[in-house]
Amino acid sequence: MAGEEAWGMSESTPILEMRKINKHFPGVKALSDVDFRLFPGEVHAIMGQNGAGKSTLVKVLTGVYKQDSGEMLLEDRPIRPDSPLAAQKLGISTVYQEINLCPNLSVAENIFVGRQPLSLGRIDWGQLNRRAVEALKRLNVSVDVTQMLSSYSIAIQQMVAIVRVLDVSSRILILDEPTSSLDEAEVEQLFKVIRKLRDDGLAILFITHFLDQTYRISDRITILKNGEFVGEYRTETLPKLDLIARMLGKELSEFSFAMAGEDRKKESQKAGQDARSLLAVKDLGLRGAIAPFSLSLDEGDVLGLAGLLGSGRTEMARLIFGIDSANQGEILVKGRKTNIKAPRSAMLAGMGFCSEDRKSEGIFAELTVRENIVLALQGRKGTFRYIPKKKQLEIADELIKSLAIKTPGANNEAGQLSGGNQQKLMLARWLATNPIILILDEPTRGIDVGAKLEIMELILNLSRQGMGVIFISSEFEEVIRCSTRVAVLKDKVKIAELSGEQMSESNIMHTIAGGR
Amino acid sequence: MLAWKRLSRSKIIWPLITLGILMLFNLFFTPNFFRIEMLEGHLFGNLIDILKNGAPIMILAIGLTLVIATHGIDISVGSVVAISAGVVAMLIGGDLAGNPKYPIAFAMGAALVACIAAGMWNGMLVSWIGMQPIIATLILFVAGRGIAMVTTNAMVIWLYAKPFALLGQGYLFGLPFSLYIVAFLLLATYLVTRRTAVGMFIEAVGINPKATRFAGINARGILFWCYAFSGLCAGVSGLVVCSTVMSADGNNAGNLAELDAILAVVLGGTSLNGGRFFLLGSMVGALIIQTLTTTIYAFNVAPEIAQVVKALVVYAVSLLQSETFRARVAGMFARREVAA
Repeated sequence: MAGEEAWGMSESTPILEMRKINKHFPGVKALSDVDFRLFPGEVHAIMGQNGAGKSTLVKVLTGVYKQDSGEMLLEDRPIRPDSPLAAQKLGISTVYQEINLCPNLSVAENIFVGRQPLSLGRIDWGQLNRRAVEALKRLNVSVDVTQMLSSYSIAIQQMVAIVRVLDVSSRILILDEPTSSLDEAEVEQLFKVIRKLRDDGLAILFITHFLDQTYRISDRITILKNGEFVGEYRTETLPKLDLIARMLGKELSEFSFAMAGEDRKKESQKAGQDARSLLAVKDLGLRGAIAPFSLSLDEGDVLGLAGLLGSGRTEMARLIFGIDSANQGEILVKGRKTNIKAPRSAMLAGMGFCSEDRKSEGIFAELTVRENIVLALQGRKGTFRYIPKKKQLEIADELIKSLAIKTPGANNEAGQLSGGNQQKLMLARWLATNPIILILDEPTRGIDVGAKLEIMELILNLSRQGMGVIFISSEFEEVIRCSTRVAVLKDKVKIAELSGEQMSESNIMHTIAGGR
Repeated sequence: MLAWKRLSRSKIIWPLITLGILMLFNLFFTPNFFRIEMLEGHLFGNLIDILKNGAPIMILAIGLTLVIATHGIDISVGSVVAISAGVVAMLIGGDLAGNPKYPIAFAMGAALVACIAAGMWNGMLVSWIGMQPIIATLILFVAGRGIAMVTTNAMVIWLYAKPFALLGQGYLFGLPFSLYIVAFLLLATYLVTRRTAVGMFIEAVGINPKATRFAGINARGILFWCYAFSGLCAGVSGLVVCSTVMSADGNNAGNLAELDAILAVVLGGTSLNGGRFFLLGSMVGALIIQTLTTTIYAFNVAPEIAQVVKALVVYAVSLLQSETFRARVAGMFARREVAA
């Protein structure tokens, strides 16, 4: 609906057109036939879930990657930038997510580093500073350019980064998640600058995962999903709910309750009051990470945490498991107030946590499968109550069998396992400790469908045996299928808790779109 | 062929081959290198000398192996050797008649306590403050010599208390006494790391400290105790060094020993990137270094050239042990075969 309308409109000619862009990586089709246009004097947002292909598309545009096929036209002339520098020379300027500036140099030096104006072979400081002031004036920013960059806020530093990449020949400005570390006032400050540049005729490509900001700043939205082009829309013609539905690849009318979901709802109604409380969290919060939240988890409960990327799901899990220390609130395990100051105390209280970042926070690639499995259990028993090798092998073999982990043997290196099997390995590590509460952050991400279903099956079985599970997934469908209740998060705030008949994808989306 | 393949993948084989090559070289070019004589009930010979002179580095390498396995480094061990020597010499005292000021056992215990404290200081900086290991231990690397000088009033103290000489010069059942110290420390460390969960935890911390913490293991504690243990080893090494020369010299005791010890660990197959560690490998590494030194002396190489020769051999050994290098060489030969 909105798509046809957008394409049919008569508009000024685009400054940039990318047509039928394809990009393969080994084993993954990152982009397939993606179209993208950019108009002068507009802010264009690219939206999509993780892995939708946003950053790959931008990297093709900026010459970091080369497309397998497809063409790019800049002002109707074909371009093939083969490096970020080449792209910059073509007038495509990029500010990356992590600011690539030198905090211990002055603002002016940062703007002109590598191209300082010279006079008689020496840096002409007077001219350098004058030109820096002028360049910043273009953004209506006035600061003392001789001060060290680190003495200014992140927002100002962002603007310096923008000024640095912009020069007279810039026609396109790409901003990759520029607001992710800014507070509300700073975001508005940055938006003012972006609007000014837009009104000057620059074409701006804006990548963010904040829905509200997309609506505040963008004129046009392109949606990608799984590397495919979903559509291009004018922002005012695309309701927020439609945007979410399209990012997830669902038509609103298509939302249906999966069979398993129905089962869970009946179970959750049946559960009633006799279930024992495993976990009660009261007003737990950490300033800057997540607003205070409360939740409870009974025996056999699966509490789903639903929200978009960056909504605070992981932060919630990390606070409960003691990875980050809360600055307010309390945690009760089995009704007893428990001081959880580190993962170790959480583990001793009977919790387990599988991180979303398997590689850097979960798996020990160079240790064996056996060692990966018994590690937490051994930690729980204590360093000197050694589990003999034979017993370790028994434990490992049993879990390898019951979770169907595909490995040549318990003594093979864990790094050789596939993503799905590494995920199961982390689960096995915690199951070996016999926890009462299991927190799973994106256990189904980046693994194949078969392994996904196995893990979801496992979650259901564990909860039927009385374990309490907190389940985080970007796929709302999975959350609903596994959970007895769903907590909805948005912009670092828990905004609702849905249970029973309220649990549906459309309901979650409505909550996210409409919530505060 | 298959057996060789399995063997070549085990980490201990390359340091052993290197040691073998060095020995072979000596067999042909150094007269009497392998001769061992029995004199007054003691064994004498080049091989015995290598073991005896290598003992201080071997002891250091035991502690450093664990530190390096945590993806850390301790460059202060040489200075801690000087502290240990300084403390024990001060407490025994330079009485010409050989009467110790305090009981020798007490003096040795005090020196070890001081060295464990030094190691704990390093451990605290690395684990609780989160300092980078090379910087954290650099502090004691510099300050340690100062501390050693202060304890000895900036003098070289000569010792005459005979019983103390046992550690570095004495013999037991025909073998140098220091070898029993090495053997005891090695066995104890092996048992503690491999017959409890300590070894697995150390390797886990070295491979992925974050995941270790997330698995509910006290990663900081592990780090802390590894550095403390390295301090203890440096202390024992310092006692042996002091006893060998019966003097404590704050400037020279253990000077540059940290570099030899680190080299021994790396030659032994433990990666500076942390993870899997090989105590026996480190011992072989220390012996390689000592054999090299002894060989160079046996050839009467001028001291200024000796360092260069040593560097070249170490360079060659490092290349031999590098998997990337071996793969590349193998690749070159494979291509040539195809071309032929």
